[in-house]
Amino acid sequence: MSDFCMPSLGADMEAGTLSTWKIKVGDQVQRGDIIAEVETDKGLIEIEVFDEGVVSEILVHEGEKVPVGSVLAKIQSTSTISTSTFAPLPLAPLSLPSTVDSSSMASPEKKFMSPRIRISPLAKKIALDLNVDISQIQGTGPDGAIKRRDVERTARSLETKTTKTVILSQKTESESVQKMRRAIASAMERSKREIPHYYLETTIDMTKPLQWLEEENKKRSIKDRLLPVILLIQAVAKALKAVSDLNGYWIQNQHQKSEAVHLGFAISLRQGGLIAPAISHADQKSKDELMTHLRDLITRTRSGHLRSSELTNATATLTSLGDLGVEKLYGIIYPPQVSLIGFGKIMERPWAENGMIGIRKVVIATLSADHRASDGHKGAQFLETLNRYLQEIGTL
Amino acid sequence: MKAIELKALLLKKLARIAPEFEMNQLDEKAPLRETLDIDSFDFLNFLISLHEELGVDIPESDYGRLNSLQALISYLQT
Repeated sequence: MSDFCMPSLGADMEAGTLSTWKIKVGDQVQRGDIIAEVETDKGLIEIEVFDEGVVSEILVHEGEKVPVGSVLAKIQSTSTISTSTFAPLPLAPLSLPSTVDSSSMASPEKKFMSPRIRISPLAKKIALDLNVDISQIQGTGPDGAIKRRDVERTARSLETKTTKTVILSQKTESESVQKMRRAIASAMERSKREIPHYYLETTIDMTKPLQWLEEENKKRSIKDRLLPVILLIQAVAKALKAVSDLNGYWIQNQHQKSEAVHLGFAISLRQGGLIAPAISHADQKSKDELMTHLRDLITRTRSGHLRSSELTNATATLTSLGDLGVEKLYGIIYPPQVSLIGFGKIMERPWAENGMIGIRKVVIATLSADHRASDGHKGAQFLETLNRYLQEIGTL
Repeated sequence: MKAIELKALLLKKLARIAPEFEMNQLDEKAPLRETLDIDSFDFLNFLISLHEELGVDIPESDYGRLNSLQALISYLQT
């Protein structure tokens, strides 16, 4: 028997709302099946199961919001495979929000209180002025007597409640944008608080890779053409595989290198915010596979149909701001990852080589890395490897 | 296809990429990708959808010439 739990879809997630079950009790499930949809700050996410077996119990109903880690369903195992082998890497422990709102619970003494309300004359006058029902005020004076400050406090809390209701009932797009901003805020705060970043940059001559790309695209119909970013993705993925210190996680004071390269790719959303879903096994994909995969990923990111594994298993992140004319960027690592690779725009620059000056197309690659997990020496090796792979991109 | 029909078609396709933009306010000479905040993926998808609808296969070397609504219309008419 195994538990199917509310997954943590990113270091910043504390709770999720179970939106839809795709299964019912008695259904057979396979590893990788999408069995539920969960509403999060990042939109509707399709949740995959990591066990095989028969669904024996469903514990959380559609529409319920539960903290990360809550058991959603029970699965009776039918295979002998150890399920833990497939469990996703645990994210750093999160502080779970208290599910019990103590302020809304009636205190036991309240029931036995005398019906007569003790209130000072001044407080009574203010309560009348502010239109506050005095039976709803919790007094803090002697014997629970209501004082002026109690009235004012209650009036304020009623006001906030009313405002909150209004905002909630609007259910506008701006609300989901705000949620996303908060999600980004908490991940980035955590990164800057916990991760000692170091930064390296290098200028890469893109003339040869772009010539190769131009020749390649001439042979292709418009719908099969590759974008320059595909070359960057492939070279970064292969370089991460080669210099594995930069590929993986820092969890509970330990560096966990990853054998597999699942490259997160930062995608901005039109309404604001960004998501960096993972391109799984990016180092093993061909350029055409990467192009198809990325097209699908961008479409699903923007329409809100990402899978849980895509949100949780990135082992490093690539971000490119080249489309906007930025020359270089210094990224903030997405915890618990240990590196982020950034690219600016491809631009023409004078370039000296072998005593000659020429015009070349160049791009500035930056590496933000976690100094707990690697040192500058490894980072330099990574950028050098990245350059080498780009120069021989046609053979990859 | 007449310029006016072409323009309507282009605006319809652009509206699908940048739904929040008021397309009838779009300046024909304004740089398209910057004005509508279209990234290279969106732009390629836009050209692919033109290919599917009009049968034009725009070579990559011409992409740079297509950075305004006006430029696109005159390119597609020649």
